Amino acid sequence: MAKTKKVVQLMPTDIKEELLKKYPPKVARKRAKQILINEATEAEAPPEILANVRTIPGIITMRGCTYAGCKGVIMGPTRDILNITHGPIGCGFYSWLTRRNQTDASADGVNYMPYCFSTDMQDQDIIFGGEKKLAAAIQEAYDIFHPKGICVFATCPVGLIGDDIHAVSRKMKEKFGDCNVFAFSCEGYKGVSQSAGHHIANNQVFTNLVGENETPKEGKYKINLLGEYNIGGDGFEIDRIFKKCGITNISTFSGNSTYDQFASAQHADLDCVMCHRSINYVADMLETKYGIPWIKVNFIGAESTAKSLRKIAEYFGDKELTDRVEEVIAEEMPEVKAVAADVRTRTEGKTAMLFVGGSRAHHYQDLFAEMGMKTLSAGYEFAHRDDYEGRQVIPELKPDADSRNIEEIEVVADEKLYNPRKTTDEYKALEDAGFEFKHYEGMNDQMDKGTLIIDDLNQYEADKLVELLKPDIFCAGIKEKFSIQKLGVPMKQLHSYDSGGPYAGFKGAINFYKEIDRLVSSKVWSYMKAPWQESPELTATFVWE
Amino acid sequence: MALLKHTPVEIKERKALTINPAKTCQPIGAMYASLGIHGCLPHSHGSQGCCAYHRSALTRHYKEPISAATSSFTEGASVFGGHANLIQAIDNIFTVYDPEVIAVHTTCLSETIGDDLNQIFDKAQKSGKVPEGKTCLGAPTPSYVGSHVTGFSNMVKAMAQLAEPSGKKTHKVNVIPGWVEPSDMAEIKRLCAMVGVDITLFPDTDGVLNAPLTGEYKMFPDGGVTIKELKKTGDALGTLALGEWCSADAARWLDAKCKVPCTVLDMPFGLAATDRFIDVLRTVAGVSVPDSVAFERGQLVDMISDMHQYFYGKRVAIWGDPDQLISMCEFLVSLDMQPVYVVTGTPGKAFERRIKAICADQPFEVKVKAKGDMFLMHQWIKNEPVDLLIGNTYGKYIARDEDIPLLRWGFPILDRQGHQYFPTVGYKGGLRLLEKILGLLMDRKDRDDPETTFELVL
Repeated sequence: MAKTKKVVQLMPTDIKEELLKKYPPKVARKRAKQILINEATEAEAPPEILANVRTIPGIITMRGCTYAGCKGVIMGPTRDILNITHGPIGCGFYSWLTRRNQTDASADGVNYMPYCFSTDMQDQDIIFGGEKKLAAAIQEAYDIFHPKGICVFATCPVGLIGDDIHAVSRKMKEKFGDCNVFAFSCEGYKGVSQSAGHHIANNQVFTNLVGENETPKEGKYKINLLGEYNIGGDGFEIDRIFKKCGITNISTFSGNSTYDQFASAQHADLDCVMCHRSINYVADMLETKYGIPWIKVNFIGAESTAKSLRKIAEYFGDKELTDRVEEVIAEEMPEVKAVAADVRTRTEGKTAMLFVGGSRAHHYQDLFAEMGMKTLSAGYEFAHRDDYEGRQVIPELKPDADSRNIEEIEVVADEKLYNPRKTTDEYKALEDAGFEFKHYEGMNDQMDKGTLIIDDLNQYEADKLVELLKPDIFCAGIKEKFSIQKLGVPMKQLHSYDSGGPYAGFKGAINFYKEIDRLVSSKVWSYMKAPWQESPELTATFVWE
Repeated sequence: MALLKHTPVEIKERKALTINPAKTCQPIGAMYASLGIHGCLPHSHGSQGCCAYHRSALTRHYKEPISAATSSFTEGASVFGGHANLIQAIDNIFTVYDPEVIAVHTTCLSETIGDDLNQIFDKAQKSGKVPEGKTCLGAPTPSYVGSHVTGFSNMVKAMAQLAEPSGKKTHKVNVIPGWVEPSDMAEIKRLCAMVGVDITLFPDTDGVLNAPLTGEYKMFPDGGVTIKELKKTGDALGTLALGEWCSADAARWLDAKCKVPCTVLDMPFGLAATDRFIDVLRTVAGVSVPDSVAFERGQLVDMISDMHQYFYGKRVAIWGDPDQLISMCEFLVSLDMQPVYVVTGTPGKAFERRIKAICADQPFEVKVKAKGDMFLMHQWIKNEPVDLLIGNTYGKYIARDEDIPLLRWGFPILDRQGHQYFPTVGYKGGLRLLEKILGLLMDRKDRDDPETTFELVL
């Protein structure tokens, strides 16, 4: 690959046609709506993408399930809540330490994350019901570990056999008195992807835990960081920067988090949303119930980090914070810029493709841009239209038959605790100055005209895209990694970071520049053909000539 | 600070809560077995999360692409049945990916609702969704019964059920290797070739899950047993099933239905189990074993004698899957090592009896548990420590907390390389196991010996 000269002259329409032509007609019609040729943002009516719809059977999707979105993603990273999977052993086993949510238990020492707890349902539990076993498992967990909280997660068969996990949890909670037990109906078949699991987790954690600790939290410039899961230490780096700036992070949902952080979230004065898809529900609910406004932030990319810090400072409108933020940026940036400048000599003009969950396919484009790399194509596994097109499309979204049964909970302003953080005039002044609350512009807006935006990319399309567009790097997950690399194209995992990281914040940007430089400059991609395969014909030339 | 710091020394009996399982669920075993069929795309008939998890786990273990499709059940399908999903999937798979074979397994979802695979295949066939010359096969793999080993066995049995005996015997012997690595399957083929026996190995993941990097991605690599070969298994001289849990069901089916006599053996890990394998192989095939095999055997015996002082009396905790553990415990005992704690998550009282028999009359008492978990094993270790851990990557948390060396062996190995390239079966595999065990024990000795007694030559 290193030696072949790239000639990318295919029109986006040709590529789209090429991707679709192998499909049966019905599949082609559906995929045509999930493959979007991006228009420049000036377009009056930007094109719509079909997203958050059911997966085509047999297509080899990258998607996972609702249980993964709920237990694996949102609730898994909290170290002092004991998570019990109610189901056969697999679901608990596969979500055991496989996402790299780091945690620091040095303060209180409590950390259940290295453990996997399961009711390990057997055939007799399927036949006679598993409620008794679940109650006994909760009791045993309580007796051995005495945790503050126990969460119970439903898996596929639980819904079918009708186990009432909520009733069991309520009963046990009352019995214990000093341990909060609550459950999530996150059966794998609900919704169409991990996304439904996010929503279910948001609802239950908000209903059963947020607001429980009424003791006010000390500190200036109090925020919550929503939708940051501390993969490879991202959250540690962001917290380092917050601390340096004097910003108090009350709670992170949910990287390196604790029970008490969730319980105290209502004490913050601003919610900063990193991963919009997974946590926007909690952001909205915190605003409705407690009056905490939310803004979209992005700590992936050094420039984006600086921009997000300035946005937080602007919100608080305090000179002390504004000055400190500028000092921190001035301190951190020189090293970032030096590494970027060096790396750029090797990465400038190179191309990338990003197909990641529901958020990173957008965020990481900033880092690639900082290296002078162009994003040819991007997409999400399970994002909704608002993540692609921006939140302004939300009023148009209607739940389809597959997502209709995901619970929507009614939240109202708390009579006692609702407290608007600023006056109407203050909000207006900020907005007049261009400050955007509760706004996310989506991924498409940032991407060039003619780029391909593809929802729920499958194995066939991934290989075809790489074959046609020959990117210098492809970003996705573990299931995609090795087929792409067999094609001779370096592949960077943007879920697990291939054991690397952090990639967030200033230090993260440096790590990422170096990592991408290593991958696109690696010698290995030139070793694919043996010398006798490069020129198999015998000729009259000899090696010493 | 300890990672598993909440694990108490005091052992309380648990009846309902499994903590840190020493097993996973059926479908991943079926997926692994299916990958040992040439040109096969495994298919998971359930909601798509299972398939994503199984593919990820296998990929992390092999660092290789694992392709598999799924019926992607929605809530509607979960209530009214997944027939339509599977038929649509079969159509899409053959149109887009064009495999020779689709091997379908089920999950707790489709099993609870009671989907009937054969009925669905029949419908797919009749409605023209299965192209001429292509095969669909399937195995029910309910996750709430047994373990990943059971799922492997169920799919291997479905492979045997493709047999179409012609009544005319071939000169071949069927060998069912059980859940071993691609490198082990390659080693079994090499050993059989050395003995001069023509075998049909199924499943065979050699060439599939250890593929080269060439700039071309083959979703269906060159390796794997073909459907044609599977059809002929009914005409073989005999079947050697390696491992009661993994392989016996398929071999017994061939015996009962096709009159192919079967012998159920232990997996050929270590000296004695490899001896028995070679001995039965030559008997069934009616050949003499060449000296080259005895030469390899002698090398292993030589290494045991050379290094016996380091193995002698060492206490070992070992966990994993029943067939592997049985041979490995026998091997450890033959080295005068002491497998004092033996745990499998897979159910089966016969396992406990077998381990107890292997350790009978030995100068140590074995604690063995089937349907056990790693939490219990860790508690045993806390009560009385061991010198060595043998098992999968999840053991690294115990290894770190208790400062005990860990030999990574079994499934899954998520944090080291080599298992897909270098065998641990046969005499050569025995040499490699001993080399690795010695390396761990001697590194530990070198780390711990005081300066005064630190030695150059060991």
